[in-house]
Amino acid sequence: MPSSVMPTSNSKAGVQSPAAVSAVGLRKSYGDKTVLDGIDLRIPAGSVFALLGPNGAGKTTVVKILSTLIAADGGQARVAGHDVATAGQAVRAAIGVTGQFSAVDGLITGAENMLLMADLHHLPKAEGRRVTAELLERFDLLDAADKPASTYSGGMKRRLDIAMTLVGSPRIIFLDEPTTGLDPRSRHTMWQIIRELVTGGVTVFLTTQYLEEADQLADRIAVLHNGTIAAEGTAEELKRIIPGGHVQLRFTDPTTHQRAATLLTDATTDTDALTLRVPNDGSQRALRTLLDHLDTAGIEATELTVHTPDLDDVFFALTDDTTTDKETAR
Amino acid sequence: MSTLSLALRDSTTMLRRNLLHARRYPSLTLNLLLTPIMLLLLFVYIFGETMSAGVGGDGGRAAYIAYIVPGLLLMTIGSTTIGTAVSVATDMSEGIIARFRTMAIHRGSVIVGHVIGSVLQSVASVLLVGAVAVAIGFRSTDATVLEWLAALGLLVLFATALTWIAVGMGLISPNAEAASNTAMPLILLPLLSSAFVPVETMPGWFQPIAEYQPFTPAIETLRGLLLGTEIGHNGWLALAWCAGLAVLGYFWSTAKFNQEPK
Repeated sequence: MPSSVMPTSNSKAGVQSPAAVSAVGLRKSYGDKTVLDGIDLRIPAGSVFALLGPNGAGKTTVVKILSTLIAADGGQARVAGHDVATAGQAVRAAIGVTGQFSAVDGLITGAENMLLMADLHHLPKAEGRRVTAELLERFDLLDAADKPASTYSGGMKRRLDIAMTLVGSPRIIFLDEPTTGLDPRSRHTMWQIIRELVTGGVTVFLTTQYLEEADQLADRIAVLHNGTIAAEGTAEELKRIIPGGHVQLRFTDPTTHQRAATLLTDATTDTDALTLRVPNDGSQRALRTLLDHLDTAGIEATELTVHTPDLDDVFFALTDDTTTDKETAR
Repeated sequence: MSTLSLALRDSTTMLRRNLLHARRYPSLTLNLLLTPIMLLLLFVYIFGETMSAGVGGDGGRAAYIAYIVPGLLLMTIGSTTIGTAVSVATDMSEGIIARFRTMAIHRGSVIVGHVIGSVLQSVASVLLVGAVAVAIGFRSTDATVLEWLAALGLLVLFATALTWIAVGMGLISPNAEAASNTAMPLILLPLLSSAFVPVETMPGWFQPIAEYQPFTPAIETLRGLLLGTEIGHNGWLALAWCAGLAVLGYFWSTAKFNQEPK
């Protein structure tokens, strides 16, 4: 069992709420390559779940299976209470999917794309037009509504993509790397959009390779690595996997660096960079103790930085070993 | 909503989408129209006097116009369906198709929309080429209303059959260029048929190639309907080819489309 963190009772996405998405032992291989090697998931309705992983970890494969685009080789998955393998049409009726690559029809205009979705959701003509106008306005696309979608910028295409996904008012939305390739401003706009969706009670299944994004948006985060869930929990819970923070001390003089290393026995030393990494939770008391210790010994560091653990640490801690394995294997 | 009405409704939506594409970007369709129209003018005005000797009779250019128009009308369909293969291949590479697959729509509607849209384009193209033919002097000799209707029916049926095949060709092609190569036989076959010269005047070894392919019986049937020539067994042959190709293309395309995307 990987270092999975059990959900805490006061979590916003408590265990009591019904699961919008659940999976047990999902497996998928392409030829000899095992992409998913037994994935278990449980996402409570109305929460935001982030599947985090490096490129090629299999995030998109999970989304494809859960959105009925492809079939799993093994395991079971239920979305909105329906089995993805046997009740595909019922699953499709409950979900909205925005893929990694823009799923808009570039040959027709933004408004026509929206009306196409309205027709495919069998909305009455008038309602289709109303929903279209409303969503185009909400996603700031009114000015571009009558231009072909192929002329849109990356951020506009992504906004149109999400707007199209929302036409059918899906209860569960899959967003596969919604901000990959967007500039910082568009990324923040997208985050705002996702937060608004959640306020409306929609369950969001998000994949991302950005830890900050998962931290910002998700109630629960799962780290996908080598086809399995390496860890799962809230951002806080995941950070707790990495013991404490640290203080980094940098020196210019090798002798001083050596003396400090002898003094601070619990520190990790880097003799090339002339740095010391001292475990420290970053509290005022702990910092003063450290500084007093250094002062007493008459050691002065050139630079001092305090690091509290972030998801990057968690991510690297969880995925580091195999990365080096792979590199040595090559 | 019942499966049938769902299928009907979604297919109509998809048809509207394809017609919108065709209307917004008519250049592909118009380009494909150039080939049959150029061939018509070339054969009538440049080769006409000489070629007319080959088709028998002494009607000169006017007789030759009458001889080649049925073939060129069917060639127009072949040419239009190359466009079908290209637009299907282009469409499949778009993200929107993945979106359609994750929606609770009638799955076949994506393909059906392409087929109906393409058949309508074929009919429009045939009418255009037909108008050019009439403008340069083509006249039906003795076709009754019933024969005109039968001719139209044959053209629609032939277009449907070739379109289903072209959709399959588009689905197996990774991109637009590959699709236009794969679909090449659809415009080459009429050149190897009885469109320009009667099969009997071809070298003996070549005659089976001209005989045993869909264009020749369809051309002979259309010629018979419009000009009163002998149809004989060609009528049934043409229908059998159309039905066979349509069924084959239908199952092929549907199977390809339902395959799991990579």
